[in-house]
Amino acid sequence: MNHTQSTNEYDVAVIGGGLLGSSIAWGLGRLGQRTCVLDEGDVTKRASRANFALVWVQSKGLGLPEYTGWTVRASETWSKLSDEIKAQTGIDVCHQRPGGFHLALSEKELEDRRLSLRRLHNQPGATDYKIEILDHDEVKKQLPHIGPDVVGGTYCPLDGHVNSLRYLRAIHSALKTSGVDYRPEHRVSTIEHRNGEFKISTEQGEIRAGKVVLAAGNANMTLAHMVGLKAPMSPTRGQILVTERTVPFLGFPLTTIRQTDEGTVMIGDSREEFIDDTVQNLPINAVMADRARRMFPLLNQLNIVRTWSGIRVMPKDGFPIYDQSETCPGAFVTCCHSGVTLAPNHAFDIAPMIAKGNLDLERVGAFSARRFDQIQVQSSGYY
Amino acid sequence: MFKRATNHQEPAVQITVDGLPVTARRGDTVSAAILTAGCVEPYRYTAVNGTPRAPYCMMGVCFDCLVTIDGIGNRQGCLIPVSDGMVITRQNGKREIES
Amino acid sequence: MSFPESLHAAYDVIVIGAGPAGLAAAATTAEAGLRTLLVDENSAPGGQIYRAITTSPLKNSSILGKDYEAGNDLVHTFEKSGADRLAGCTVWSLDRERVVGLSCGGEARLIKAERVIIATGAMERPFPIPGWTLPGVMTIGAGQTLLKSSGLIPSGRLALAGQGPLLWLYAAQILRAGGHIAAIFDTTPLANYISAAPHLPGFVFSPYWIKGLGLIREVKRVVKIVTGVTRLEAQGKNKLQTLVWEAGSRTGSIDLDVLMLHQGVVPHVNLAMAAGIKHEWDDIQLCFRPVLDESGNSSIKGIMIAGDGAGIGGAESAAERGRLAAIDTVANLRPDALAQIPSRDNVRNRLAQTMRGRAFLDHLYRPSKVFRIPQDASTIVCRCEEITAGEIRASIAIGATGPNQLKAYRRTGMGPCQGRLCGLTVTELMADERGKSPEEIGYYRLRSPVKPISLAELASIPQDETAIKAVVRG
Repeated sequence: MNHTQSTNEYDVAVIGGGLLGSSIAWGLGRLGQRTCVLDEGDVTKRASRANFALVWVQSKGLGLPEYTGWTVRASETWSKLSDEIKAQTGIDVCHQRPGGFHLALSEKELEDRRLSLRRLHNQPGATDYKIEILDHDEVKKQLPHIGPDVVGGTYCPLDGHVNSLRYLRAIHSALKTSGVDYRPEHRVSTIEHRNGEFKISTEQGEIRAGKVVLAAGNANMTLAHMVGLKAPMSPTRGQILVTERTVPFLGFPLTTIRQTDEGTVMIGDSREEFIDDTVQNLPINAVMADRARRMFPLLNQLNIVRTWSGIRVMPKDGFPIYDQSETCPGAFVTCCHSGVTLAPNHAFDIAPMIAKGNLDLERVGAFSARRFDQIQVQSSGYY
Repeated sequence: MFKRATNHQEPAVQITVDGLPVTARRGDTVSAAILTAGCVEPYRYTAVNGTPRAPYCMMGVCFDCLVTIDGIGNRQGCLIPVSDGMVITRQNGKREIES
Repeated sequence: MSFPESLHAAYDVIVIGAGPAGLAAAATTAEAGLRTLLVDENSAPGGQIYRAITTSPLKNSSILGKDYEAGNDLVHTFEKSGADRLAGCTVWSLDRERVVGLSCGGEARLIKAERVIIATGAMERPFPIPGWTLPGVMTIGAGQTLLKSSGLIPSGRLALAGQGPLLWLYAAQILRAGGHIAAIFDTTPLANYISAAPHLPGFVFSPYWIKGLGLIREVKRVVKIVTGVTRLEAQGKNKLQTLVWEAGSRTGSIDLDVLMLHQGVVPHVNLAMAAGIKHEWDDIQLCFRPVLDESGNSSIKGIMIAGDGAGIGGAESAAERGRLAAIDTVANLRPDALAQIPSRDNVRNRLAQTMRGRAFLDHLYRPSKVFRIPQDASTIVCRCEEITAGEIRASIAIGATGPNQLKAYRRTGMGPCQGRLCGLTVTELMADERGKSPEEIGYYRLRSPVKPISLAELASIPQDETAIKAVVRG
């Protein structure tokens, strides 16, 4: 047991041990901050165990052009993150960036996609991310196994994917070697700001820290107001199907289908208001399977070995929230749907800002929760 | 690995395993037929690390009996009875799929 | 196999599993006039205990024994009952509304029932010793299945290791069938003889007493027995070659072609857990079992569990528990037909008789910790994903508190067997390592499909507008 655990005192306490909280905590540890991560136990809502593992750019940012630039930056720094993590832990998280596809199964789907991408592109201050709109034959050159129902699709060279479960293990291993205390079974009930310090009550006693970072996913909703912040969330449920391992046949990730480095094929995804993650919905699973086989008829033969449903961490307008408290200086709130895609930004950009005690508003000011005081634009349905 | 304990009265069933002709008996599962034929070892190689395996539970729970039967991969050989003309192929690593 | 045209779109009762509990339950509800469907994964009825009872090539009872023949009565009664039977059909899903997902001949269907009786029985407890994944190492249950259904016995040098009634029964059957056993390695902890002793009186008055002693004597006359075994390691390059053993201070090794392992059976919980039924840790039988009322009603209304899946009690008690579940079903769905079936009191009395002696067996054959929680770091725990005990302990060190975070870190339980061969080991290993109880550690969160089905089958399930809207978006 090291000294920080025995005193329960830290420079920074990060609440939430998923991909977001862990990436920030690792970034803080890298800067020499005495940091702990307070997490829940084995069974809880864990989006970091239920994500689709895309490092995804295309279609992101409609309604908030700064989000496009922020995402492109993450896509460009992911390899730096995976290299550093591998050097530190020996774990290869298999980050690949071959570009990614979105496929349309009808002319209407393709037209809807085209329109939404045009609106995205025409936003003032939009970052160009080199998206191409392709017809069936052009898609087939890169994805030879597509079926006749595929009318076309979009391709973005900046897209990629990663083994996100292995990243979860790698980042938790890296926390350990960096001297960051990962403390599971420390569910937080209250946070108080007193005498320039945060007193955090957990199921295993009180933790004190100079700064506190809320990274508890949808639970930020209830934690934020304890430190003068807000985090309006609107969680949705998503379901995923996973096949048995098969030989590699899919060289690119798609918005809803990807083959993992292990050989399994993941098939997504639904968006549902019903947020019980303990049950499946078979008609929805059937639609997912049906669309997948229309995209790649060879999938018909593969066995589905597992399914899961998870609850998306979803700020009300779909965009990340990074904010700091005016009434409780040193308290920060961070939440976003794309904990995988944005991991390098959280480790390399957000963590240093927190270490300094101030968010750099030039860079992340657009993601303040103050935007919820204004009128909203709904983001695209695919994330 | 196995032999017949009794003078088997059941009718013979002809199958092939990796192209080799194998005589099984009606009532045998695919796994029982392979374990008795002895012509093919090991039974399979895993999809994860390529290690050799053979059926472990024979009741459908361990999935170490997976084989390709009539072109369909990853089938549980311990649950499927043999039938005449069945073409069985051992699996070496991940399942292959045809386009 | 494929779905017969006579199959109805809905049933009063669907019984899952054609072992003693399922056969007895389905026969009883059908006799009461309830529209009943019995679904089973195997091509012939009998479950594991009466495996191949109607098709075994071993025609007379001299090899398998008289107890096995009892399965014939159950099958005959069932066949006369008028219940429908779907053989070679896999149940891959069961939800809280009692919709059962079936797969048969590459086709999937959903069928709803007023009542579902899960009778999926037991499976052998994992026996994770070093080398247990080598070809040539299998379970005693596997050996017995090959004997019953195909009349097969091992052809090379065979040893049995472990403990429990099945070990002695199979050993006797192999000998009667003309087989040879090089040695038996008995892992029963010597301390168990003391902890079981207080339960001996109940056992002495059970039929197992005479039968069990007789079997053990029959085997001991001709087979070398090593007792008090404390370590086993299977070695070999691409297949089993040698078994290295320790029994306290004694050690040895033996060259083998086949090693069969067995340390008791545990409820096969996957379907029940995936349906969301509440389970609890049983510290005597060292396994999770469903929380049930006296009739077998689970925490989900309309779903019952009977037989060894409800907690290990053996074949005879399984049949009685199947009948009890059926009587409760009839009492709810067609009370006027209760007179046509056995009375609850009679069945309860017979059940009590069959449970006599169980406590003694549970205590005597409670497996040793060293064979439940692998001590060697290199021992594989998750056979599907090839994850070792050492890797699991390392995962605990970086923060895994239970099986589900471990699964995320290391993929344990994510393979096709869905934790059946590693779940209990993982729970007990994590409990031991973290100083917690298995109940606190918990189990994998399971979901359908509980057995793999093809994507084409899943895609064939009826879709609706809401479902399409949840997936297709711009």
